[in-house]
Amino acid sequence: MTNIEKDLALRLPPDASRVLAERFAARAEDEGLVDIAYTVEDSPVGPLLLAATKRGLVELGFEGQKELDFYLERLSRGVSPRILEAPARLDPVRRELDEYFEGRRTRFDVPLDWSLSKGFTQRILRATAKVPYGEVSTYRQMAAKAGNERAVRAAGNALGANPIPIVVPCHRILRTGGSLGGYGGGPERKEFLLRLEGAL
Amino acid sequence: MSLPPFQAFLDAQRETVFRYLVAMIGPDDAEDVFQETFISAMRAYPRLKPDSNLRAWALTIANRKAIDAIRARKRRALPVEDVPEVAVNDGHPVEQGDVWTAARDLPPSQREALLYRFAADLPYSDVAAVLGTSEEAARQRVSEGIRHLRKAMA
Repeated sequence: MTNIEKDLALRLPPDASRVLAERFAARAEDEGLVDIAYTVEDSPVGPLLLAATKRGLVELGFEGQKELDFYLERLSRGVSPRILEAPARLDPVRRELDEYFEGRRTRFDVPLDWSLSKGFTQRILRATAKVPYGEVSTYRQMAAKAGNERAVRAAGNALGANPIPIVVPCHRILRTGGSLGGYGGGPERKEFLLRLEGAL
Repeated sequence: MSLPPFQAFLDAQRETVFRYLVAMIGPDDAEDVFQETFISAMRAYPRLKPDSNLRAWALTIANRKAIDAIRARKRRALPVEDVPEVAVNDGHPVEQGDVWTAARDLPPSQREALLYRFAADLPYSDVAAVLGTSEEAARQRVSEGIRHLRKAMA
């Protein structure tokens, strides 16, 4: 490398552009450009990805279960690519989750955005959202509530693909006969949540 | 194929864009123009074709916003003082402004090639993509630019 080439190479503080990018995220949120804001929050069941549109909570992901990129790319394809890490929008969700894990909250009040589910799946999930804290139901009952009581396997698939677990309490849905059944976040998390609620 | 989440685009391009802007307009204005660049990018992002060269696209916007900033600065400047067009160095945090100040007298196509290659630190394949030329032509512009600079600074 010649001296001129050495002089042309800029030496900048290592984190300058990161600081500018964080400032940008706050400004983009102020200007209403952020279709989806997200953050990652620690919880007793591991780090949680929380993502919200302007309408409400659209996705909750168990980061230990799948990579952060998996959840963000699903949002980019399915809702909008204008996604930024902008934690302030998630503050109400974080507060309600904290209260839930401390046993002080039995119902979530934050608005939900159902954009990531459609048709029968969404009907199953909406029915699931009505199963109260501390109680359990079955895949068959959810299928019936969604309008087709024979679609038990489809109900199981819909619950396995729940984009907003915990808040839409798919962990409260068990196999007919009482065994726990599967869980998108893994069976240990399902058991943990049911014990927390006193249902086990 | 779909567009990456904007956060991934921002993380992948922020350093390149900032370096480019510091060399182009100096560290102080670079911070404001960085914000303008990504605000503008975010507005247009959903309409972008997924197979676009994202780095070239980001730098094209940065270049346009930098030129806007230079024009605005000229309007603000007192007529007695000729405001330099590029690479004003305030000594901090960049300490090698002389060479970039000298670069503002180069033919624009050469200066642009040097900005992309050395300030933004792009490989020649990306320099070529942003300039819209072959890699060979990009290399040639850079080496001509260096030859000119060496003469100017001798």
